[in-house]
Amino acid sequence: MDFTYDSEQNDLREAVAGLLGRAYSDSEQRRRVTATDPGFDEKTWARLAEMGVLGLPFAEEDGGMGAGPIEVAVVAEEVGRVLAPEPFVEAVVLAGGLVSAVGTAAQRAAVLGPLAEGGSVLALAHAEPAARWSTSAAGVTATQDGGTWRLSGVKEPVPNGARADVLVVSAVTDGGTALFLVQGDAEGLTRTGYRTHDGGRAANVTLDGTPAELLGEGTADRSADVERAQALARIAYSAEAVGAMDTALKTTAEYLKTRKQFGVTLNRFQALTFRAADMYVSLELARSTALWASMVADTGGDVVTAAVRARLQTSRAGRHVGKEAIQLHGGIGVTAEYSVGHYTSRLTAIDHLLGDGDWAADRLAATVDSYPTVDPLGAPYTG
Amino acid sequence: MRLQLSPEMEAFRDEMRTFFTTQVPQEIRDTIAAHRHLTRDQYVQAQRVLNDAGLAVPHWPVEWGGKDWTPLQRHIWREEMQLANVPEPLAFNASMIGPVIASFGNQEQKERFLPKTASLEIWWCQGFSEPDAGSDLASLRTTAVRDGDDWVVNGQKTWTTLGQYADWIFCLVRTDPTAEKKQRGISMLVFPMDTPGVTLRPIQLIDGGHEVNEVFFEDVRVPAENLIGEENRGWDYAKFLLGNERVGIARVGATKKLISQAKTHAREVVVDGRPLSEDPRLTARIAELENELLALELTALRVVANSADGKPHPASSVLKLRGSELQQAATELLVDIAGPLSVASFADGGSQVPQWARVATPEYLNYRKVSIYGGSNEVQRTIIAGTILGL
Repeated sequence: MDFTYDSEQNDLREAVAGLLGRAYSDSEQRRRVTATDPGFDEKTWARLAEMGVLGLPFAEEDGGMGAGPIEVAVVAEEVGRVLAPEPFVEAVVLAGGLVSAVGTAAQRAAVLGPLAEGGSVLALAHAEPAARWSTSAAGVTATQDGGTWRLSGVKEPVPNGARADVLVVSAVTDGGTALFLVQGDAEGLTRTGYRTHDGGRAANVTLDGTPAELLGEGTADRSADVERAQALARIAYSAEAVGAMDTALKTTAEYLKTRKQFGVTLNRFQALTFRAADMYVSLELARSTALWASMVADTGGDVVTAAVRARLQTSRAGRHVGKEAIQLHGGIGVTAEYSVGHYTSRLTAIDHLLGDGDWAADRLAATVDSYPTVDPLGAPYTG
Repeated sequence: MRLQLSPEMEAFRDEMRTFFTTQVPQEIRDTIAAHRHLTRDQYVQAQRVLNDAGLAVPHWPVEWGGKDWTPLQRHIWREEMQLANVPEPLAFNASMIGPVIASFGNQEQKERFLPKTASLEIWWCQGFSEPDAGSDLASLRTTAVRDGDDWVVNGQKTWTTLGQYADWIFCLVRTDPTAEKKQRGISMLVFPMDTPGVTLRPIQLIDGGHEVNEVFFEDVRVPAENLIGEENRGWDYAKFLLGNERVGIARVGATKKLISQAKTHAREVVVDGRPLSEDPRLTARIAELENELLALELTALRVVANSADGKPHPASSVLKLRGSELQQAATELLVDIAGPLSVASFADGGSQVPQWARVATPEYLNYRKVSIYGGSNEVQRTIIAGTILGL
């Protein structure tokens, strides 16, 4: 048991931190990028591809790097640290992860290769207006028409749904929830994109008899695959949140040391420094849990529960750190020109994309009476 | 990063678990599990069992009974002890004065005190806090004035935990009132509690128990050879001592036991025909508490895994702060599960209220101390803000 990165993981962190740090060296650069579609920088996306980041968790024969959840977490934390708007978790971990887990060899090669090379952006169209962090589909149905599957219904919000070249769409079949690949230029596909509060992009995706390719073999229910991919994405989001919280706290501490009120710098007021200390406590506890969950995923333990645990901790911490960062800055914290509010905005988005703290607490509460104590180093977490 | 314990550490954990659950008398472990007070003899008996197996003072120098363990081994040792309801070696002996004498005492003092400190043949108590010097320890006023071969001590100490059981006291005294900084001019003296001029007075606490005391010194004559280390360097020793074992203070294993007991008792309390353990508000509260505790345990593991080079890990300051809050939250949970039964705190034989419900509130009230002693949580926040965030 140890919590230290090996030299390859440290190299990866430094390389990604270097690239993203240059791309988003100040919040102005990020604001310029997020002001225009597609809401991220295609050049930075291409550089991430050159570095191997976009194929990180995929098998080498599928065009990937064959790395694991720990490397994914390393990247996600750096994404969060500078609020890089590139959809790493959404495209690689979530949509790509499902193709990797479910797709046939031919589909994996056809979809993951171009994703890893930066030639194609992938998006998962799973959320529905009437659903909430579900593992199954309800509002989109799939029917077979001769040899062709056709999808009808609405998916929304779909992160990066307008920009994506290929959509992974969940739909209801006789066998339950199945997954499909839909090309961006397919007939009967309407995508209406819009900005999200955190500077990203999402879309309404309407399917009307849209031709689609069944992902994987057969129409057995894929809810468990969706749940597992969501779990891996929750762990990656937890790492991203840790990166964002880390910067939000550093920015706040720096501000308290320099900003003067009543003739002295703010760090002379104990009421403020104590609140900053509590932010640190929240951050470090969240960091420990996020690191642990990535290790559970890496060792093949109960990744679903570990992800829920990481989500609960990072959700509570994200709200605490985000809100306090703004409060300790005062009025400047709520301005668009200053960065700290954007960190809180992104933390809030992460909280709601795949399940918030109350959702996670409810999940854990359902089984709380079935075991005496939680042992993070024992079964079921060590696989 | 690797999650699993190495096979060696797995074996070590099993070895500790087996020892603690089979070699420490069941009656003592039952007393701890039932949240009842141990007698002095039980403390001594338990520590003897540990010491005879070389498990009482593993963090001491090998020469004096230490084990040269890694921080992770020490962590496992402590956690398994707590999970097995084994009383930890008396902190005043094992974590406080023992390491100070081993590091700063002279050879004669080491030989004279360390074996008996490890085996609890000498029961030590701490004479640090004073009525006007709690967290602001440097303001202490108890004086020691040199007179021939003796120091003559006058003053008062307070919050002297289990002083009524103690054979000896280690005491911070002001030996140079003219020192420019109040942290200078302080020395550490040790002497028997039955030295003429020492008076102990119990302080009654809100839980109805007696575990702390006031200690008064009136012309107490202490031989000069009982000065530990150098004159006027006492502050350094106190800092060394208080900085020790911040990791252990998280008490994750103990809080785990409390939560697991809370789950058991929630099944026994039936409300409107349904066990309380099915109440969604309660299960959600337990889930949140367990997750916070998981985060704390993982942070403790991060600290022990990454502190092998001897430097304290920055996150270690979180452990006391959050560890005390979670201990308190767990005792509060038990009171709330007991509900109206909890008022029967001092019921005796004729009562039908179960024992756990009777002790719940006294323990909850008693546990208010954990965010105060060992450097209050406000002191911990000051440390985090100052040394980590640079504020």
